[in-house]
Amino acid sequence: MGKLTISLSPHVHSGDSVQNNMLNVIIALVPAALFSLYAFGVGAAVVMLTSVAACVFFEWAITRFILKAEPTVCDLSAALTGLLLGFNLPSNLPIWIIIIGALVAIGIGKMTFGGLGCNIFNPALVGRVFLLISFPVQMTTWPEAGQLGAYTDATTGATPLSVMTTAIKNGDASVLSQLPSSMDMLLGTYSQGGAGCLGEISALALLIGFAWMLLKKTITWHIPVSIICTVFVFAGLLHVANPVYANPFQVLFSGGLMLGAIFMATDYVSSPMSSKGQLIYGVAIGFLTVVIRNFGAYPEGMSFAILIMNAFTPLINNYCKPKRFGEVVKK
Amino acid sequence: MKTFRIGGVHPEENKLSADQPIKVAALPEVAVFPLGQHIGAPAKAVVAKGDKVKVGTMIAEAGGFVSAGIYSSVSGTVQKIDTVIDASGYRKPAIYIKVEGDEWEETIDRSEDLVKAADRPDLTPELIVEKIKNAGLVGMGGACFPVHVKLCPPPGAKAECVIINAVECEPYLTADHRLMLEKADQVLVGVDLIMKAVKVNKGYIGIEENKPDAIKLMTEKAQAYPNIEIVPLKTKYPQGGEKQLIDAVIRRQVPAPPAIPISVGAVVQNVGTAYAVYEAVMKNKPLFERIVTVTGKSLAQPSNFLARMGTPMSQLIEACGGLPSDTGKVIGGGPMMGKALMNIEVPICKGSSGVLIMNDKEAKRGKVSSCIRCAKCVSACPMGLEPFLLATVSAKANWEKAEAEDITSCIECGSCQFTCPSHRPLLDNIRIGKQTVMGIIRARNTK
Repeated sequence: MGKLTISLSPHVHSGDSVQNNMLNVIIALVPAALFSLYAFGVGAAVVMLTSVAACVFFEWAITRFILKAEPTVCDLSAALTGLLLGFNLPSNLPIWIIIIGALVAIGIGKMTFGGLGCNIFNPALVGRVFLLISFPVQMTTWPEAGQLGAYTDATTGATPLSVMTTAIKNGDASVLSQLPSSMDMLLGTYSQGGAGCLGEISALALLIGFAWMLLKKTITWHIPVSIICTVFVFAGLLHVANPVYANPFQVLFSGGLMLGAIFMATDYVSSPMSSKGQLIYGVAIGFLTVVIRNFGAYPEGMSFAILIMNAFTPLINNYCKPKRFGEVVKK
Repeated sequence: MKTFRIGGVHPEENKLSADQPIKVAALPEVAVFPLGQHIGAPAKAVVAKGDKVKVGTMIAEAGGFVSAGIYSSVSGTVQKIDTVIDASGYRKPAIYIKVEGDEWEETIDRSEDLVKAADRPDLTPELIVEKIKNAGLVGMGGACFPVHVKLCPPPGAKAECVIINAVECEPYLTADHRLMLEKADQVLVGVDLIMKAVKVNKGYIGIEENKPDAIKLMTEKAQAYPNIEIVPLKTKYPQGGEKQLIDAVIRRQVPAPPAIPISVGAVVQNVGTAYAVYEAVMKNKPLFERIVTVTGKSLAQPSNFLARMGTPMSQLIEACGGLPSDTGKVIGGGPMMGKALMNIEVPICKGSSGVLIMNDKEAKRGKVSSCIRCAKCVSACPMGLEPFLLATVSAKANWEKAEAEDITSCIECGSCQFTCPSHRPLLDNIRIGKQTVMGIIRARNTK
């Protein structure tokens, strides 16, 4: 008989791993990725591949040469950050800008804080917002869907969000007639005005990804559902009060709302741990998003809303404790 | 389907020995009886070297109220009073008895006849408790809490129902499952006796739905007992935890310590204990044998044994085809809460529900990586705690914070560590924190 291993219980493990969770999120992004290829063709492919490759490279290089630690790229979190960053960019963005975005996302957003698990802000959003502020022209001109062979030469057009902003600015509800129908926006089958970043083109593809993650128990429903419900109710009230505000379905299916609610706000590291905390976080993100979209300087508020609430996550964690066993009132 | 309301996980069940009828294990050559095999004061030896004993002779008396006597499982001569490494890994005082023949105390009724409570109108609650106490009964689920203590509610507390734990939520173990299939009548009489002892007229037997044959049989047999209800439960770990079982069966949650199950009116006993109560009360048989599952994926023949206390585990493993060559770990109990053993000569004790052999590959823990704050441990915790936080504050020796975050409520079920995708040793750290904080609280209270 050889030596027996002595360790404390439990002696079995679920078999789950970080890599497995990251992989499930990546799989959940596949429908949206395919749809973006269908809508934006070559441009989408170039942006996604560049972003993923650059993020993985930077994480590897930083762990290898600066931190001199064991590379962690195998956990797929860098690849996921890259994919999410790519989803947040226009399909005509030049490669060098994407690489800068990836460097900021991984280098500043993640590794300076200590790598996976330690970052306060969602790295992909740090990268995106950095680009948005640094390259406002390139980051706010969006190619029209359907130009499959085009990359930086693609014709740009107005996004549903810019149409909504114009309607509010001019106080003219008739501008909203330029918006595609809610159903087209859900499916991503735009006949006109179909411009935007890669990942926001089809709300349905993102919802399929949501269903996959729920099925695999990668995330719980709390954050996406609370964001979506809050946005729907708040945008609905605004719409009823004044028709220059778009109807709530169009608000939900436009811009990065679904992408943000399902994939960005649910980032494990930067979101609260208890379900109560997650609901508070989701409601606040939904509220802030509608406020920024309708009353702020930028047409899209999702990224900012999530980053702001990321900063509140430690505080929420401190005050929102799960319900302890035995706290339930005796019936 | 009923189940507890907070957290829980579902490990692979691996009930390899579920179809194996209980076999009577051979007598050992030497039986070893550790004196501390229950919660509370260790028993005190009442025999000396050279004494002759029979099966059922008391060899050690209870060392206090929270304690239990120990009875010989064999007939023979006391060889020595020495020490032995038990399942906890520590060396403990123990009585060694050399086995000679198999002669039982005459007071024990060895017939197979079923004696029902109705046949014995002389049995008062006090007499039942007395008989249980004199049989050295402890909880057979693994915690080994002396049974008579639980049957004497503290002043002010009133029992309303008896809940029998026949959940067997630990993967691999099948001892309780087989017991119900083979001794259903005796178990029910035992439950009836426990109900009489605590003067209640409602009893529940909670069984997980992964044992449909046991649910069916027990439900049929329980027709004769209108006060006993069989409660099928959704298969979920740690349903066998006392507090989780009470929540699942009667929808009441025991508040944080110092509250105990009786605070919500429940008396919980394991199904194996109910059987032992039957034997102790109706057959005058002290606790000296129990059902043990010996199992593992590499084992030639996973089995259930009726084994005498003091039998070395190695003998039972041998009866299952011997220790596999790829053995990496031997566990006393189940894989979620059992203890890894230092050697396989550890004797079977009152709380030995199983022996699990894991191969090299299963024995190794996964590589630890950083916490990704996925909150899966929070969702899994059946006590509504935040394991990631408790583990961190324990590792940083921040005991005030650990206490404020209710670390003492942890039941050490291991669901958090089981579910952690980063393979973090959450429970290892929490145990250190819990023990330290409990020590601090005790010191504060004695000031």
